[in-house]
Amino acid sequence: MAVALEKSAPLAGVRRLRRRTVVAAILVAWLLLFVVLRGKQTLTLAAADLTDLHRWFNDVNDSIGADRNSNPLFLYFFNEIRLVIDNLVTFIQHLISQPSAGRPLPQIGWLGVVGIVGYVSWAVGNWRVALLAVAGFTFLGLQGLWQESMDTLSLTLSAVFVALLFAIPLGVWAGLSDRVNRIVTPFLDFMQTMPTFVYLAPLTLFFLIGGASATIATVIYAAPPAIRITAHAIRSVPETTVEAAESLGATRRQALLKVLLPMSKRTVVMGVNQSIMAALAMVTIAALIDAPGLGKTVVQALQSLDVGTAFNAGLAIVVMAIVLDRVTTAASARAETARRSKNRFLKWRRPLLGAGAAVTAVLVYLSHTYLWAAEFPGDGGTGSSIASAADTATGWAQDNLSGLTNAFRDGITNGLLNPFQSLLTDSPWWLVAAVLIGLGAVLGGARAGVTTAVCLGLLVGTGLWSDAMTTLASTLVATVLVMLLGMVLGVWMGRSPLVDRLLRPSLDAAQVMPPFVYLVPFLALFGATRFTAIVAAIVYAAPVAIKIIADGVRAVPETTVEAATSAGCNTWQIITKVQLPMSRSALTLATNQGLIYVLSMVVVGGLVGAGALGYDVVAGFSQGQLYGKGLAAGLAIVLLGVMFDRITQAAARRASA
Amino acid sequence: MATHVRQWRTGVAGISVVTVIGLTLTACGGAKVGDDSADSGSSGKCGTFNLAVNPWVGYEADAAVVAYVAQHDLGCTVKKKDLKEEIAWQGFGTGEVDAVLENWGHDDLKKKYITDQKTAVAAGSTGNKGIIGWYVPPWLAKAHPDITDWKNLNKYAANFKTSESGGKGQLLDGDPSYVTNDEALVKNLKLDFKVVYAGSETALIQSFRKAEKNKEWVIGYFYEPQWFLSEVPLVKVDLPAYTTGCDADAAKIACDYPVYDLDKIVSAEFAKSGSPAYDLVKKFNWTNDDQNTVAKYIAVDKLSPDAAAKKWVEANRAKVDAWIK
Repeated sequence: MAVALEKSAPLAGVRRLRRRTVVAAILVAWLLLFVVLRGKQTLTLAAADLTDLHRWFNDVNDSIGADRNSNPLFLYFFNEIRLVIDNLVTFIQHLISQPSAGRPLPQIGWLGVVGIVGYVSWAVGNWRVALLAVAGFTFLGLQGLWQESMDTLSLTLSAVFVALLFAIPLGVWAGLSDRVNRIVTPFLDFMQTMPTFVYLAPLTLFFLIGGASATIATVIYAAPPAIRITAHAIRSVPETTVEAAESLGATRRQALLKVLLPMSKRTVVMGVNQSIMAALAMVTIAALIDAPGLGKTVVQALQSLDVGTAFNAGLAIVVMAIVLDRVTTAASARAETARRSKNRFLKWRRPLLGAGAAVTAVLVYLSHTYLWAAEFPGDGGTGSSIASAADTATGWAQDNLSGLTNAFRDGITNGLLNPFQSLLTDSPWWLVAAVLIGLGAVLGGARAGVTTAVCLGLLVGTGLWSDAMTTLASTLVATVLVMLLGMVLGVWMGRSPLVDRLLRPSLDAAQVMPPFVYLVPFLALFGATRFTAIVAAIVYAAPVAIKIIADGVRAVPETTVEAATSAGCNTWQIITKVQLPMSRSALTLATNQGLIYVLSMVVVGGLVGAGALGYDVVAGFSQGQLYGKGLAAGLAIVLLGVMFDRITQAAARRASA
Repeated sequence: MATHVRQWRTGVAGISVVTVIGLTLTACGGAKVGDDSADSGSSGKCGTFNLAVNPWVGYEADAAVVAYVAQHDLGCTVKKKDLKEEIAWQGFGTGEVDAVLENWGHDDLKKKYITDQKTAVAAGSTGNKGIIGWYVPPWLAKAHPDITDWKNLNKYAANFKTSESGGKGQLLDGDPSYVTNDEALVKNLKLDFKVVYAGSETALIQSFRKAEKNKEWVIGYFYEPQWFLSEVPLVKVDLPAYTTGCDADAAKIACDYPVYDLDKIVSAEFAKSGSPAYDLVKKFNWTNDDQNTVAKYIAVDKLSPDAAAKKWVEANRAKVDAWIK
């Protein structure tokens, strides 16, 4: 084994070197041909023009809508699904957010909800997260957004419940069988990268306007992480353990229920966690099809550019996300420790749980019966001061920073984005395709090369080649900036637990704060430009990259770092020679995730001046005759995502091999 | 076994303590839920009125006033649904939307839902005139008065250059909700401009606001009635005048946008229902100034739509009475 390692190490080094020369050669050849062939066969399509494919999509969409009321598929299938989900949502809403059964208020008032949340957090997690949960939910009330928050919570809970109903069995299946995993993965990619705007309008055609459509839209986006993580969890159970169980005579069923599931519980709970976060990211989009809750407040406030009010509601989403995140994380940690430790409080746990349940029951009863416990007291004064503070802050930034920011924007745009974009859009399409296939094959292997070729072929088929190249340019520039930021902050966080603790809440906030809340001030600073879109993508994607890199750096064995220190390395050398190279797989994973997250912001970018695919999707959502083009643009985004995902993953496998 | 019993006992003790506390609390608990519910608003024949609210403040003003009148004068249960146009029209067929109050043209939707599917019918004009066109910030119109004539635009093209416009002047376009002919216009009027898609109303408003404040050169697509014009009164640029049929061939358009007669659309079902809410929608009619007033209450003075409607209705009782006679 050791000998084999020694032999393969220098060999890999040589291969890496040769790979670098090939990549360089491809790039040089591209530049040379670009100079000669510039502006030929670029496949451009004007904003209002359509191709036959786009028209065909329109016709399909129209014909589905036209016979909705007579089609048996609708009458007996979609309508039944809608009914079940609608009832689920309405049930939860009547419990905690909406007036029900002749009462002017929901069945359980604020005190009851806070009690339940505190009790559950304590029961599944620990008393610290219970305190956080109680404080967080009380804060929602102080913001003057109790009912809106509860509406959002109802939708999120229903969506996550429905998502898990499918996701966990499917995830287990995909974890057990390689074939299922291979079949499921492209669907999951599709669900996660297809912009929601594309299927929002058809969804309301299938499931009507209301809770059901909003829930299903959320489920589509929230289920994939849970499926992937569950499958991953099942796969990571050591094979020897399963073999041991089998040799003891356990049946498949027993092995699954007694060994695999309990041993992967901790990771599965993380899947639930990611599912909840994804569901909360959909809050504002679902508001566009009349989903009640905080999203509506954000959307309405932004119609009159009321950043303060939008920020207040966005902050409520962030608070809810942080509470739910910390509680589920604590629950997953508990699943681990409970199995191991014999805590001396364990003896007291059961009676305490019983007492807690009783207290909660009383609180629920009070909040059902008495006005003071049912309706959150006060007039949301905290909310209005938060709103005005946010207004003041953005006003100040707009007045004082705009000279500085313009110079920065022009520097990046003219120095990096424009040349790169013209290289991609002004080269003949076949040249760019050849370059990308070549790079894919060299970096990721023959298989990645084939995938790239298929994706590019389909991309030409969507009729949006030129727009796709424009989007690709911005996406890659954004990813480079995300990685720069990720390396700086990730290493810093990985090396210092204090920095980690200080930065992490802001990273969480950046991931769940609805983008438009911070985009309005950005628009004032940078104007409606591609650069604004890039900034939006960085804000959303950088936290993921930073977190992954920080974890990678932290995972470098302490002894290695100590050895390097005692060998006389300074801090810079330790970072560049030890910590970063040793967390190489974390870096590639961060690149992969950073790119996918950047791509998921393409549509938001289209709303603030990025044009291209993002704008095509947005316009397709708003104008009937552009629907087909929007759908094609959505597909193009999926294709770009799949292509880069496969290349980076294959490259990562090679790097770690 | 013994520990079990002990645990059980502590549990019971805990529960009883809590129950006692709970009962004490309930004894002085204060007002009960539902004590003062007088069961208002169930006065009969109007029933539920599903009103689509499209996402712009002018529409919200329409919807606020109609909803207020329907609720307080006609006793309807009004359900406002926040939807984009396309989805709202789709709702006519599924029975989830009764009325759309401010429709901007949308001939494609009219053809699809009124002519083909027959799920919707037109319910007359709102009295508002919708104007679409190219606008510049007021400082620019003041400093260079001749800029409002399209023939002079090329003279100033270089001033409108940005990082996005590739060496030409930038024409900021693209609220994605409406059809624009701007690419064709730029081409056919031989203007040295490039259309840049801002992508949302928010982006357009923010650009104009910034331009006026910092005296920047911006020209872009905008429309009225719009609440933002009461904050920054943008000036419209005159394009070659609109004549009937000059926009027949989309590729050859070289004229201004038509003035839209904003109208109301209702579901075919709702029109036949005999609901007083339908009569209200049909008779609802007001001026651009009226709408701007309510829109300003909502967008600038930050009143809730309901409070804004109340304020306007109380000051304009005569107009409202004409709708519900």
